[in-house]
Amino acid sequence: MVEEAENIETELTEEKKLENLVQFLSFTLGDEEYGVDILRVQEIRSWEPVSRIPNVPSYEKGVVNLRGAIVPIVDLRERFGLGHLEYTPLTVVVVLQTQTETGHTRIMGVVVDSVSDVVDIDKKTIQDAPNFGTKVSTEYINGLASVNERMVMLLDVEKLLKLDALGVDDES
Amino acid sequence: MSIDMAQFHQVFFEESFEGLDVMETGLLNLDMGDVDDEEINTIFRAAHYIKGGSGTFGFTSVSDFTHVMETLLDEMRDGRRQVTQTAVDVLLGSVDCLREMLTAISDEQDVDEARVAEHKKTLEIELNGGEVKTDSATETGSEAVVSEAGTITDSSVNSDGEQGWHIAFSPHAHLLKTGNDPVRMFRELSHLGELTATVDFQGVPGFYDLDPEECHLSWDLKIAGDIPEAEIDDIFDWVEEECDLAIQPLSAKSTKAEQSAATQTVDESIQAKTEKTPLQAETAKPVPATENSKPKNDKNKEAAKSGAKGSSSIRVDTGKIDTLINMVGELVITQSMLSLVGEHFELNKLDQLKNGLSQLERHTRELQESVMNIRMLPISFVFSRFPRLVHDLSTKLDKKIELVLVGENTEVDKTVVELLSDPLVHLVRNSLDHGIEMPADRIAAGKPETGTITLEAYHRGGNIVIEVKDDGKGLNKDVLRAKAIEKGLIDEAAILTDKQTYELIFMAGFSTAEKLTDVSGRGVGMDVVRRNIQTLGGNIEIISELGKGSTIAIHLPLTLAILDGQSIAVGDERFIIPLGAIIESVNVNESMINRVAGKGETFRLRDEYIPIVRMHEIFGVKTAQALKLTDGLLVVVEGQGMRCGLFIDDLLGQQQVVIKSLEANYRKVEGVSGATILGDGSVALILDIPGLVRLSNQ
Repeated sequence: MVEEAENIETELTEEKKLENLVQFLSFTLGDEEYGVDILRVQEIRSWEPVSRIPNVPSYEKGVVNLRGAIVPIVDLRERFGLGHLEYTPLTVVVVLQTQTETGHTRIMGVVVDSVSDVVDIDKKTIQDAPNFGTKVSTEYINGLASVNERMVMLLDVEKLLKLDALGVDDES
Repeated sequence: MSIDMAQFHQVFFEESFEGLDVMETGLLNLDMGDVDDEEINTIFRAAHYIKGGSGTFGFTSVSDFTHVMETLLDEMRDGRRQVTQTAVDVLLGSVDCLREMLTAISDEQDVDEARVAEHKKTLEIELNGGEVKTDSATETGSEAVVSEAGTITDSSVNSDGEQGWHIAFSPHAHLLKTGNDPVRMFRELSHLGELTATVDFQGVPGFYDLDPEECHLSWDLKIAGDIPEAEIDDIFDWVEEECDLAIQPLSAKSTKAEQSAATQTVDESIQAKTEKTPLQAETAKPVPATENSKPKNDKNKEAAKSGAKGSSSIRVDTGKIDTLINMVGELVITQSMLSLVGEHFELNKLDQLKNGLSQLERHTRELQESVMNIRMLPISFVFSRFPRLVHDLSTKLDKKIELVLVGENTEVDKTVVELLSDPLVHLVRNSLDHGIEMPADRIAAGKPETGTITLEAYHRGGNIVIEVKDDGKGLNKDVLRAKAIEKGLIDEAAILTDKQTYELIFMAGFSTAEKLTDVSGRGVGMDVVRRNIQTLGGNIEIISELGKGSTIAIHLPLTLAILDGQSIAVGDERFIIPLGAIIESVNVNESMINRVAGKGETFRLRDEYIPIVRMHEIFGVKTAQALKLTDGLLVVVEGQGMRCGLFIDDLLGQQQVVIKSLEANYRKVEGVSGATILGDGSVALILDIPGLVRLSNQ
């Protein structure tokens, strides 16, 4: 009887743990490791040439045709000021999506160096992003988590995508 | 009653509105002297359809109203009544009233009861007046009838509205627990007659004290119609113990003896209708008792709102669908042929393959065209309302005007048709009010007494052009200029070309009308017209000659989804210029180029100086090959009345492109109106010519 009760208890704690687990897709930019909520990831593609958009910041690389939709591509390295890396066929584009207030889905591709893994992170272990001062913008960093002793910066996809829509009302 | 009738409402409304249009056209076509029986029949059938339909769906107010119209029309049809201008005008007014009622019902708004009653009264006067004096064509005669019949109908309207019962019903809190449902009772009541319910929720306690199983509401019910008290008692039989109930007749004099014969028939028809339509209870919620009509402008606003919503379905010619099915059939055949070739491909089948591919191409193109064609409606959908408008307005303004419609069968995309209607109404009104002179002035100016307004639609290139032409007094440049200076819209020293002067009327807050009429002259409008046209991707231009008349031409793309484009190359980038914007492409030599103050560049093209916009500079294309103006090409484009020469590397080819929004996932980009996907799957940006001109000026 006692054993059974213990079993149930451990099961319960297990379940509780699972409830707190969130899955993140982790990827690298230079030496740094970042993560995005896996539910925000629509697909992972390889780099292909884009059509440039005139008069926009250089990190907004341009737009591509993704099965009939015009999707903007943003270079995260340049976005975060980590310098430019030549694109190779191995360069990865992570296609992220988000819902706007008006209910329609916005899609955007971000260029990253490589995709590493899908990691389970316990919500409780996520730390708030520290303030690095003005040098690094922590605006789109939701928090920090450690996976196998490495630090992963968790990105806020909503903010990331919204940033590119600056000056646009969501209704359009 | 398990069928949800609400699903058919939309269809009913659409068909009713079509019916109203038919009635209107028919009435306008009626020739007083020689009445065409078939014409009256058509009008009658339309009225009958609306009556029947509204009865079925429980819109009793509509069916009652139409019933009176129908009676009138029926007498005309049988030759028992002469068709007089007065009768036609009354009927036209009723058509308007019906349209308002139907719009209100379809928008789930309250019907303007007062207005309906007023129209119904005039109709009944016409109906009764005709019976009293058959030949009451003269003014005095009909006026006498008015007063005479007016009294009869007055009392009839009153008793019509007042006959019935007033029920004060305040259930005790535990009513619901006894298994009684007030809603069910109201439904039964509304089977008996027209029910108006006002709810009193003063007894409802605060949210935290609220027990959902208790009833705190009380009702004030009015039920119209000739109903025995016993029937009402029956309904409340079960709840008598659980409520405070007071049933009183609405009016003491609502006895049958006092009713005129005319009312009786109307009442009977109401009853017949309501009995037939128990459905009413489910669809029509009890109308709140708002006796006083809404302010007029409020109504107008609502009408405008409903117009903007646009109907969601489309009626398609069966022929068009048949073509479509044929196309799909052909496509399937081609596809199976190609897959057969592909299965065991040998080199000697190459011709077959090429053949199949070209067939495939043709079929896809045809399919695309016929699908687009389904969305196309003849412009007569918009034009058809103008005979009425001109008829009404010219009577009001005492002008003699003939309206000529040309090219009514020109087809335009449905969205364009819908959005075009308001601007056109505005332009026609303007022509009527400001353009055409009074008959006396016209004779003095040596013109025929009757003015002509021509509405013409035709295709030109990938555009549809709609012209509103009048032979009136034309625009006076000096007056326009003086007015603009007075209003502070332009500087006194400003030098304007003719075209720029005419464009002044599109500026907000500009009106040249001497005095305000309710037709036009408030100085709002033309700027709105232009904005509307521009949102449709079109433009508007004015040609005018003083004393001879003006022409306002609207240029619109045929469709909003596909565009004829010219693809161009700047470096290794591809852009699309809307074909309609291109005037010509030229190679320039050094002698044509002028530099202005070391900054801007212009070139001379047939005595016109045109500013040059270097595409590679404003779009920052680093790979551009042509850096010297003489090396590349200048494409002369026009947007919003401004011309400029786009300096590009090369022209590539013309093609139809599907317009995709950049803003769906990205944002608006200056100088770009959208994007499209080219044959190789890459994305090309569609240039926004007016935007580019703006950009280059910065």
